Amino acid sequence: MTNANPAIQGAPRGKALSGFLRKSWVLIFLALETIFFCFRSEGFANLNSLQIVLFYGVLVFLLSVAELFVIITGGIDLSVGYILGLSSIVSIKIIVKLVALGVSTPLALLLGTAATLLIGVLPGLVNGWLVAYLKVPPFIATFSMVGVCHGVSELLINGVYAMGLPKLAADIGNGHFLYVAPGSAPVLFQRPEVERGVSVLEIVPNIVVVTAIVIAVFVFVLSRSRFGRHVYAIGGNMDAAIRAGIPVKRRILGVYATSSFLASLAGIVYAFMYVSGKADAGASLLNDAIAAVVIGGASMFGGSGTVGRTMIGALIIAVLDLGLRMSGTPTFDKYILVGVILILAVIVERYMQEAA
Amino acid sequence: MDYLLETKDITKRFGGLTAVDRVSIGLKAGEALALLGDNGAGKSTLIKIISGVHQPDSGEIFIGGKKAHIESPIDALAAGIETIYQDLALAENLDVGANIFLGRERMKRSLGVLKVLDDETMREEAQKVLDRLDIEIPSLKKTIRTLSGGQRQSVAISRSIYWDAKVLIMDEPTAALGVSEQKKVLDLVRTLKDQGIGIILISHQMYDVFEVADRLAVMRRGQKVGERIVKDTTPDEVVSLMVGSETVGKGR
Repeated sequence: MTNANPAIQGAPRGKALSGFLRKSWVLIFLALETIFFCFRSEGFANLNSLQIVLFYGVLVFLLSVAELFVIITGGIDLSVGYILGLSSIVSIKIIVKLVALGVSTPLALLLGTAATLLIGVLPGLVNGWLVAYLKVPPFIATFSMVGVCHGVSELLINGVYAMGLPKLAADIGNGHFLYVAPGSAPVLFQRPEVERGVSVLEIVPNIVVVTAIVIAVFVFVLSRSRFGRHVYAIGGNMDAAIRAGIPVKRRILGVYATSSFLASLAGIVYAFMYVSGKADAGASLLNDAIAAVVIGGASMFGGSGTVGRTMIGALIIAVLDLGLRMSGTPTFDKYILVGVILILAVIVERYMQEAA
Repeated sequence: MDYLLETKDITKRFGGLTAVDRVSIGLKAGEALALLGDNGAGKSTLIKIISGVHQPDSGEIFIGGKKAHIESPIDALAAGIETIYQDLALAENLDVGANIFLGRERMKRSLGVLKVLDDETMREEAQKVLDRLDIEIPSLKKTIRTLSGGQRQSVAISRSIYWDAKVLIMDEPTAALGVSEQKKVLDLVRTLKDQGIGIILISHQMYDVFEVADRLAVMRRGQKVGERIVKDTTPDEVVSLMVGSETVGKGR
């Protein structure tokens, strides 16, 4: 179809452009930000920086996916940070106990992780039960859970850190998936013995691999499973979901349990990374998690948002974090900038919506 | 007379108020019955009884000549009675296929074990039912939010038809629509009638009623005050029945 009238031809092109901008401005922003830090921060412009960004980003990645599920239903989960803290402590307590009982270290790590994940779902089940069945507003239910998790955490450790993880945990938490020493075949997981001064190429931190797998699973759950479809439907029109026969209460319970599960997994990852557990380990990460979801274009009213775009939002924060650190700027600057980007994201999203 | 749906002496009280008072109506297959009355006349309550939202205090409902026990909206749906309320109950953030299959999603096996949403089949099936009803929607991949009021109404109707509605209850289907869209929805009602579906139409728009309805029943203060064949009556007569200046009851 050809049309002689340029005005008519121009209109859809303009619309296509604004549609493109609306879909990809976060990606463009991430690219510009990365380029900026490549010039601004010495040593930022290499692949290893990317690994470091991902390594320190994993906690926010996991928490932002947790938050995304809840936000799509139109709720919010304020407790993810303190569930992370609680799980970091619980996992260490259990593993240390198992090792003391004579269980072999690898088995103790495995059992401790599994047990912590089971326990870690409990706060979410309570949140979901309060929200779905007792109609407590999500803000209040999860806000109360912050206090409960914080208190229980401190009681478990009497105000000090949880410590004493076997060295294997630290090796896993800070190790890499693949090592390449010059002149020999690549080795999985185990750092090869080399002479002093010879550098070993480290490829992808273990926790990044684990996080990537887990997030891939939840991409599937949200976009391809019946549960995911129902989550969007509940956020889009709760009444319609109820009348269509969707078990809305059970789904909401599942969403808060999912959130809690992911936060708990993040807690275990934290324990393996830092070889310690503390109550407020994830306290400052809540802001980043919510910011990542909103920067990724999800509406706080529910019904929209994807894992992919949330990850871009989380990466914007992670790159900012490392970029500022490497340029020697204090972390406080990051807080300010995340706040500014968040507001910017909401304004851009609103403006693009009106333009479309 | 073989009615598709029949109510006999339905009565519903809320405290001291008798919202529906011994109302009997019948609906044949392929027929549109308009339900008219002023606000508070009891139309909505009657509809909610038929669609299982309320339980009547007395009276009976027959479907296909057999006594029906409609104790919940699920029972009504299972009996083939679908209700389209004014708010349409669509998830605006999902596409047409997803809405038609909402709560009853089609799944397929992927990689042998994993059950995944079969959006392709859902869209194809959605297209089939839209074609059957002569409804045109540019792209089924678009979310409901991007559709016009009339298109949304069509999607809601298509959903009911896809799930084998025999009786379709429509509450003010043209209320929020522009003139050309109103016409399309009325055309759709005719198409549905041609396919043997019985329609109960609640409407304030006298034009709609005279355009598509075959019969009309007028309610006032909970009672049925009259029933007319549409082509044998006039809007003036109907209005006077509604406001009560001329009570002409048959079978009262």
